[in-house]
Amino acid sequence: MAYGYYPGCSLHSTAKEYGMSLMAVCRKLSIELNEVEDWNCCGATPAHTTKEELGIALAYSNLLNASRQGLEEVLAPCAACYNRLKTAKYALNHSELLQKRMDEITGGKVEHEVKVFNILEFFRDIYGQDNLKAAILKPLAGLNVACYYGCLLVRPSKVVNFDDPEDPQSMDELIRLLGGTSVNWSCKTECCGGSHAIPETDIVLELGKRIFSSAQSAGAKMIAVACPLCQANLDMRQHQINEKYKTDFKMPVVYITQLMGLALGISPVELGLNSHFVSTGELVKQF
Amino acid sequence: MARIGVFVCHCGENIGRTVDCPEVSRRAALLRDVFYSVDYKYMCSDPGQNMIKDAIREHGLTGVVVASCSPLMHEKTFRRAVTEAGMNPFLCEIANIREHCSWVHEDRKAATDKALDLIRIMVEKVKHNVALESIRIPVTKKALVIGGGIAGIQAALDIADGGKEVILVEKSPSIGGHMAQLSETFPTLDCSQCILTPKMVSANTHKNIKLYTYSEVEKVSGYIGNFQVTIRKKARYIDESVCTGCGICQEKCPVKKIPSEFNEGLGMRKAIYVPFPQAVPNKPVIDREHCTKFINGKCGACEKLCGPKAIRFDQTDSFITEDIGAIVVATGYDLYTIDKKTDNTLKGYGEYGYGKYPDVVSGLQFERLVSASGPTYGELKRPSDGKTPETIVFIQCVGSRDAAKGVSYCSKICCMYTAKHTMLYKHKVHNGKAFVFYMDIRAGGKNYDEFVRRAIEEDGAVYLRGRVSKISQEDGKLVVMGADTLSGAQVEIKADMVVLATAIAAQPDIVPLAQKLGVGYDQYHFLSEAHPKLRPVETNSAGIFLAGACQAPKDIPEAVAQASAAASKVLGLFSSLELEREPYVAKVNENTCSGCEFCLMACPYNAIERREIKNRRGEVIKTVSYVNEGKCQGCGTCVSICRSKSIDLMGFTDEQVYSQINAMFV
Amino acid sequence: MQLKLDNNVSQFAEEIESLSGLKVYDCYQCGKCSAGCPVGQFTEESPTRLIRLIQLNQKEAVLNSRTPYLCATCSTCSERCPMNIDVAKIMETVRILASREHVKSPVKEVAAFSGAFLDSVKSNGRLFEFGMTISFNLRNLTPLKDAMLGPVMLQKGKLALWPRSIKNKERIKRIFEKSSYFEPRAESTGKKEH
Repeated sequence: MAYGYYPGCSLHSTAKEYGMSLMAVCRKLSIELNEVEDWNCCGATPAHTTKEELGIALAYSNLLNASRQGLEEVLAPCAACYNRLKTAKYALNHSELLQKRMDEITGGKVEHEVKVFNILEFFRDIYGQDNLKAAILKPLAGLNVACYYGCLLVRPSKVVNFDDPEDPQSMDELIRLLGGTSVNWSCKTECCGGSHAIPETDIVLELGKRIFSSAQSAGAKMIAVACPLCQANLDMRQHQINEKYKTDFKMPVVYITQLMGLALGISPVELGLNSHFVSTGELVKQF
Repeated sequence: MARIGVFVCHCGENIGRTVDCPEVSRRAALLRDVFYSVDYKYMCSDPGQNMIKDAIREHGLTGVVVASCSPLMHEKTFRRAVTEAGMNPFLCEIANIREHCSWVHEDRKAATDKALDLIRIMVEKVKHNVALESIRIPVTKKALVIGGGIAGIQAALDIADGGKEVILVEKSPSIGGHMAQLSETFPTLDCSQCILTPKMVSANTHKNIKLYTYSEVEKVSGYIGNFQVTIRKKARYIDESVCTGCGICQEKCPVKKIPSEFNEGLGMRKAIYVPFPQAVPNKPVIDREHCTKFINGKCGACEKLCGPKAIRFDQTDSFITEDIGAIVVATGYDLYTIDKKTDNTLKGYGEYGYGKYPDVVSGLQFERLVSASGPTYGELKRPSDGKTPETIVFIQCVGSRDAAKGVSYCSKICCMYTAKHTMLYKHKVHNGKAFVFYMDIRAGGKNYDEFVRRAIEEDGAVYLRGRVSKISQEDGKLVVMGADTLSGAQVEIKADMVVLATAIAAQPDIVPLAQKLGVGYDQYHFLSEAHPKLRPVETNSAGIFLAGACQAPKDIPEAVAQASAAASKVLGLFSSLELEREPYVAKVNENTCSGCEFCLMACPYNAIERREIKNRRGEVIKTVSYVNEGKCQGCGTCVSICRSKSIDLMGFTDEQVYSQINAMFV
Repeated sequence: MQLKLDNNVSQFAEEIESLSGLKVYDCYQCGKCSAGCPVGQFTEESPTRLIRLIQLNQKEAVLNSRTPYLCATCSTCSERCPMNIDVAKIMETVRILASREHVKSPVKEVAAFSGAFLDSVKSNGRLFEFGMTISFNLRNLTPLKDAMLGPVMLQKGKLALWPRSIKNKERIKRIFEKSSYFEPRAESTGKKEH
């Protein structure tokens, strides 16, 4: 099976273990990913909050490349990229005027529809849960995971339209499928302030503290994410949170693909589990 | 020779603003066969009507055209006026120059021309009108009331006290409706059951009321004064005439864990059950879905233990047909579904966690929790662990005034019952604190605002102006994230319980019933009254009336007032021996009718019958169609299907209609 | 505080409506957006109040408010708005409008970050995080902010020291040059007959 792949900037740098673990999982499952040729940054928050058209055009430019390459289904593992690509598609579907503008700005036109999937959709709807289940070698038995979806995977629901925006279930289902336990907690879709990770640290620390204490009181031993911004934010800032609020969180924040990898029998190093700020030692010990 | 009078009404400014009425009148006078024409500010007023009467007498008019508002508004008025002047009422017609002209146009000249066109068309019609006599039909003096909540009970009692028979049909096993579930009522805090149960008993014992519970209206045919209604009496699986209501069956039934509908799922009931101790009638029903006997044939404990041997596992639904003269629909309301919806996973109030956190309850559930007849016998204990809540957050407008996830309308009663809830809470838990999130306080009504002020001033409820965004759970507490827009701040409250004032919605199964009855309904499936101000309890189907929350969200006083109003309408109808109806019915020309019977098949009202024409020796020469005037609704279907053009519609004959069409092209 | 209102009271709201395609007067001030805003405790004007100020023509106050810059664009407000107003989009619109009208951002950190981020994308086609962080710290005059995180990231292989650019940089240049502040909208959208 071959699919298009839009890594986005993070998976090559700050979220390199997300990219690594995804690649390892795909190799194991014989999924071929063809990177969108010469892809560019989706623009993230700074683009669409600076110029509306810039936000759409940067995302659209990637859809254009994918369509030229003949890709019909593109996996966008980064939640922010996924959200921007879906937003561009949504906006264009709702405005012919905007479509005309994008044709002018980019000098091209998407020839056929390019479907965009997030990581959870991809394994749920495209690869298929049964196929995944069949490949599990080491079920995640005894692992209490808080599934954290954040904002961009599920909101705005009219744009992404893939899971319940208040109580999403797709990652929880995936964790259960892998043999783990997903805890019932309240902060699944609360914002971690990822877009302020660098400029407004105080906000980020406060929001992160709320998320950790909710996960902890629900009995979670780790937080699973599908977004590089959330991961970087919660992993990198955990130490600062502990300092500021005199807390003692030691909660690994891992990518869902890393947990998939463990269940599929891939070694922790190959999954980048050694490159986290908060030690994943306790988790890795079991595998 | 026709002598037509034209009377042009200004309707104050309504017509006069857009249509040059004096000009219309002047030009109308020039029309052929128009002998008299005049305009006046208010033609429907006494002086206006007198102008018409005088003109008929003085000028010997043979027909009258009043150019005014819709005939729905004042046709009756003007026809009565011409009758008083000795003219047949059906020689008076209305040219609608208000709804059809002045209200929908802006250009004064074009509107004036159009008004004249409309008048010319009507003048041509009136010239071909013939004197008609109203049809008289008998009235069955027995009413059907659908729904046994407070509105239905009140309507039934009022009609029965007026000396007329009533059939009261209730779909659930007991009458009483939602009011029976309430603990106390605003604005007086009197016990709901205490004021309701006597009425329930009266409804059951009144000599003029026949009660069918656990029954539904299956079929309705006929028309005002002459309905035939079939009622499905669902199988209770007990013989009501034998059952003494001793309760031993319910006590011994081993199937225990069925969420009780009456307790809004907060208590359990058995598979054979009486919904609540004060139920009327006090006779159980067997819930087939859960009864072991029906599931696998085993058990039958109730049958073995029943003293009078009243259990009937082989009972089937039965059907009763009744002749009915008038119908009161009082089917009430249901709560808007606020948990995650199954049909669309992306909708619903996931953020409030209803259905996920047991201590987030609806307003009706709260009523059960503080009701003496409730699952906790009136002691307020929260569902999750039975603890007495020390902090309760009440959230208003859940589902109401919410175009995104709920309904756009205001449910009207929530402000009041939430204030009541805070008081009931305070009276039961003295150290408890009630917080209320509201958007606006709508407390219009006698002693209503005073009641809300009492909740705040005397019982210490803290009102916060804003909605709640999310409820989450942390360390056994519900964390409510709300806003107080008056201070502009976010508000976080750790509560033991949250009560959602959920929107009032129409009954989920109301549409099929409305269609059976031929009653209109709005986009939210509330039934439509005939006129929002002047005919609030009538429907557009003659002889069918509305009472209570099936028409719109209502509190108890309003529902009762409307029920009594509907009852007085029914009694008014029943006070006359016969009904008059307009003679707009089809008529068959027996000379040309070929007896093909196409019309028989086409008639949607079964109003056409066969009639044999015999010669002097009694031999049948031919069979022709015959229209039953009582049943004919004047729809004209038979007229258009008749191959030999042998049917005409009185008041709208082909001759009249063609002359109107011709008049358009002058 | 006193608001002086005249017949032009809806002027600013209409401007926002025509720029964003949203209906500002649909807002009935219920506060649900403010109740769930993750940055609510860090802002002076709640989203509810900001929309009210738009409804009452307070353009200057709105364009100088910190709220749109502190908005985390999480869309919780839009998701839960009972009137289907995309509140996050209103925040975005205010920010873009302020930028178009050269109103200085009241939250300099956020503006510096956006600028650094877009500079990086503009010159490389992709985000060069190391360079962007340094650029942000320079713009923000906080050269040592998060300095202790940098070495760890480098050590964990999470930061590249040199940018990796895309091949066709022309197309990015073109996008940056040609993109307008707002997408075109038909006259009728967003306007409501009052």
